[in-house]
Amino acid sequence: MSDDLITLTIDGVPVSVAKGTLVIEAAKQAGVLVPHYCYHPGLPVAGVCRMCLVEIEKQPKLAVACAIQAAEGMVVNTQSAAAKSARTSVLEFLLINHPLDCPICDQAGECELQDFTFQEGRAATRYSPEYPKRFNPVEDFGPDVLYVPNRCILCTRCVRFMEDVAQEPVLNVSERGDRAYIGVHPETRLDHPWAGNVVDLCPVGSLLSKDFLHKARAWELDKSASVCTGCSQGCNVTLDTRENVVVRVRPRPNLEVNRYFICDHGRMNYRWMNRGDRIEAPLVQRGGELHATDWQDAFERVTTVLRGAGGRVVTLVSPRASTEALFFARELFRGGGLDWTGAFQVVMGEEAPLAGVPDLALRAERAPNGRGAELLGYGREYAAALAAAESAAVVLVLDEPDIPVRTAGTLIYVGTVLPERARDAHVVLPIANVAEEEGSFVNRDGRVQRYAQAKTAPGMARPAWWVFSELGAALGQGEPVGSAAEAFERVAQAIEPLRGLSYEQLGFGGRPAAVPAAV
Amino acid sequence: MGYPHKPHPKETVLLSRYFGEADARTYKGWVKRGGYAALEQARAMEPARVIDIVKESGLRGRGGAGFPTGLKWSFMPKEKKKPHYLCVNADESEPGTFKDREIMRWTPHALLEGTAIAAHAIQADVAYIYIRGEFTEPLAIMEKALTDARSAGVFGDLKIHLHRGAGAYICGEETALMNSIEGKRGNPRIKPPFPAAAGVFGMPTTINNVETLAAVPPILTKGAAWYKSLSLSSPKSTGTKLFSVCGHVQQPGNYEVTLGFPLKDLVYELCGGMRPGRTLKACIPGGSSVPILDRAETESCLLDYEGVVERGSMLGSGGVIVFDDSADMVYQIMRLARFYAHESCAQCTQCREGTAWTTKILERILAGQGKPADLDLLLDLAENMTGKTICVLSDSCAAPVVSGIKKFRSEFEEYIAGRRQPVLVA
Amino acid sequence: MSAGAHSSPSVGPEEYQPVFTEQMLEQLQEILARYPTKQAALLPALWLVQRARGWISDRHMAEVAEVLGLTPAYVKGVVTFYTMYHQHPVGRHFVQVCTTSPCNICGAEAVVQALLTATGAKELGATSPDGKWTVIEVECLGACGFATPVLVDDDFIESVTPEKVPEIVRKYK
Repeated sequence: MSDDLITLTIDGVPVSVAKGTLVIEAAKQAGVLVPHYCYHPGLPVAGVCRMCLVEIEKQPKLAVACAIQAAEGMVVNTQSAAAKSARTSVLEFLLINHPLDCPICDQAGECELQDFTFQEGRAATRYSPEYPKRFNPVEDFGPDVLYVPNRCILCTRCVRFMEDVAQEPVLNVSERGDRAYIGVHPETRLDHPWAGNVVDLCPVGSLLSKDFLHKARAWELDKSASVCTGCSQGCNVTLDTRENVVVRVRPRPNLEVNRYFICDHGRMNYRWMNRGDRIEAPLVQRGGELHATDWQDAFERVTTVLRGAGGRVVTLVSPRASTEALFFARELFRGGGLDWTGAFQVVMGEEAPLAGVPDLALRAERAPNGRGAELLGYGREYAAALAAAESAAVVLVLDEPDIPVRTAGTLIYVGTVLPERARDAHVVLPIANVAEEEGSFVNRDGRVQRYAQAKTAPGMARPAWWVFSELGAALGQGEPVGSAAEAFERVAQAIEPLRGLSYEQLGFGGRPAAVPAAV
Repeated sequence: MGYPHKPHPKETVLLSRYFGEADARTYKGWVKRGGYAALEQARAMEPARVIDIVKESGLRGRGGAGFPTGLKWSFMPKEKKKPHYLCVNADESEPGTFKDREIMRWTPHALLEGTAIAAHAIQADVAYIYIRGEFTEPLAIMEKALTDARSAGVFGDLKIHLHRGAGAYICGEETALMNSIEGKRGNPRIKPPFPAAAGVFGMPTTINNVETLAAVPPILTKGAAWYKSLSLSSPKSTGTKLFSVCGHVQQPGNYEVTLGFPLKDLVYELCGGMRPGRTLKACIPGGSSVPILDRAETESCLLDYEGVVERGSMLGSGGVIVFDDSADMVYQIMRLARFYAHESCAQCTQCREGTAWTTKILERILAGQGKPADLDLLLDLAENMTGKTICVLSDSCAAPVVSGIKKFRSEFEEYIAGRRQPVLVA
Repeated sequence: MSAGAHSSPSVGPEEYQPVFTEQMLEQLQEILARYPTKQAALLPALWLVQRARGWISDRHMAEVAEVLGLTPAYVKGVVTFYTMYHQHPVGRHFVQVCTTSPCNICGAEAVVQALLTATGAKELGATSPDGKWTVIEVECLGACGFATPVLVDDDFIESVTPEKVPEIVRKYK
């Protein structure tokens, strides 16, 4: 056993943890969830809610598990009568002023106050109905955040987030005693690129997202692991969908990338996933117009063009396309002695770091897979590629609307939405967007991360990797792949920095590829 | 001295010797009275020696906790690697207590001298005297005394600064006091870390009460053995204490007696006893945060740390609040609960909500709307508020409630049963 | 929905006179020298503002924040914690009467009533119609043996009884 590990017992379960581990974290490792509110692994310890009181042998008073370090031989009991009674009393105290808003509160169904009250609260309050509950009006804190003071349990997670993690203390605790509430100064409201995290951090329905207000019930939501497409940081997110519509984006913890947070830009970056104006069927040019057809017909059209192609081929891709799609799109033109140019362009924006977390920011590059595109041989000289496309024999476009007005050669447009300029395309193939497929991105630090499918693609749209894999097979390049995992395997075999990686290995935490990080 | 009255023969006049003498406030006047000799003495010793002397004297913290002072000083790092700080707790806000105010008003230099000696013992470079904002007169007097002593060069390299509070009882809690000095809300901190390891500005710090420090100079000049010999009962309680007696006595004031002195004599003799026609009903011996004593307990209680514990309460700050038979115990306990509810910092759930809830229940009882179940509810809430929070304000609210219901239950029942006229409007 | 439920009475930006002019800054410098951090000068700085302006508005808080390198919200959190800082204008004379139990059993509440009547303030916390007086109840003032203590501005008056109130009130212009 390493010198830095100590062993303690929690609810009868022995567990070994690193020295300095908090009892509440050691308990997690023992499979015990100690009820808590103010504690959060991404925030400095406060120890104020008093919910996590546990009994520690040989200590006269109950202790808060969030503020005590595990010690060798410690025996912790979270289920002793004293500990349970203490927690029950904390819940009772919290509920005397907390309104019975569940029927109209967004947090219902994902509310820690509900959860722990069901688990260990009293069945009925002893607070006389004659006392009015504390009342303060709802406050508009800023761009996306509403504060409902009546529901606030003063855990101070929001204050600590803004002070310590965002390092812009714009939230305070105002006043004292049972008059206390979370306050802002009128001249500096809650306007920060990472402010939305306070809504996730709030254990109850006190801090609410205006964007999500009254949109859906927590239990109606399906959750899928995904990766934010807002920039090249690659924050891990969860997409919440309701009846096949993405209604909310929330951070998914990843200690290597975004810890527990995402920025507001990424948080709001989902409406486009639900666009209705999608290409829903393969389209082929006939009589000066695009007509819907089936996949077989469309594929035949494309392979005819590609078989006869010679000379210059230009592939313009979106840096939002999956690594798998980008790979198979390039493979189409392997061999055959074609002069191939692949390029992508990235929309740039202002960087917005989260000051208290090293290497975490809303990145200037507003696309998730620029690095992946680079790894696969696509370049950034987009203007040159555009110019070359005007005289190229074949122009293949992957979901990028900025294409030449006219091209001498054949235009094949593979995308989610049909831009005006693609109406002259020879063939248009409909694909799934990031929410509608499995795939992977490589973030700016060279980390390869998977995303899962959150909703079904409209109409006949299919994942882009499938489209290009089938085309490749039709061109005699071998068997097509049957899954995104298999697609990735082919990528990993062919691309040196990804050698040895697989979907199984990546899991949903991702792995670094063998590439130097971006500057 | 039974200030503002003449000293009673049964008092042991040490700290209060010069109360009432305006000249004693001046630097020259203090030196004339032997002042700053102890500091000179201390400076000539190694810090560790000074600590040993104070340890031997048996001096215990006079702010309320009664922690052995020499022992507290010895927690500071012996080898000085970072700046050391001394904080003087002059936040005196415990209901019933008004002794530190008198020390600062009449013998400011005693406090300054004690501060300087303590600073030497713990190797502090800076001392902050945290004076509650309402003490306008002590602030002005301390300011003048500090200026005069400083100009006389008495403090050497030691920097002593006054820091004015702004209305928060909780800032008398040592970690909240440090936060307040740092320019923060007066929230108590979780311990560990303890102040001697990481205190104000994260540096090793000792916090001492005004009365504690004022006792240090005589301990040096007259010797630890002498101070230790001042003990009437328990050998663990030595020296004199200023007891602030208030409420229903003929002569409220500060009385200095040797520890172990009978509470009965303090109340009936030194303070002139009850008002005509009145009998003692209850007494809080150590500031409102300690359990209430009934008459029998009061009359058999010895005033030292162990003696009061024996009677089921605590010596605390020595703020003796006397209630005669005219007092409405239910109302006064409600008023105390309201005090704690007003002063809660709001960090801990039990305190923030519990102090207010307790007050509401008591108000409802006083408004004639109490229910029999209310008493058990109050006791249950008090238990939930005890031993579970960052600081003991919550426990302090529970103390009068629990002891009050235990010993004066009939008064509560009178209101609940409707046998007593409501005194509040619902 | 309220956007500024806890905002102070407004002082328009055009009308705002900074508190920390050269002379005040000198005072502040002396205070800053006492502490290793700027933040620690916050309570003393707020006292300077209150002494100069009689109360501390949101705008004042923002000025103090700027001078000390803090955020306005942070300063506001501190101001609202300590009850002696006024967050709105008060009468020319501010009266604090202790009514905690030791003074309570010695007739403090009657002293409060007498003061409300004699000053014309009528209600606790309200300012008298002539703008001269605001009377509030406070918690233990640390003078329990001299019941009932009353703070009028910086004057700490001991042993006040209802009978002495009119005389006391008369003394203040």
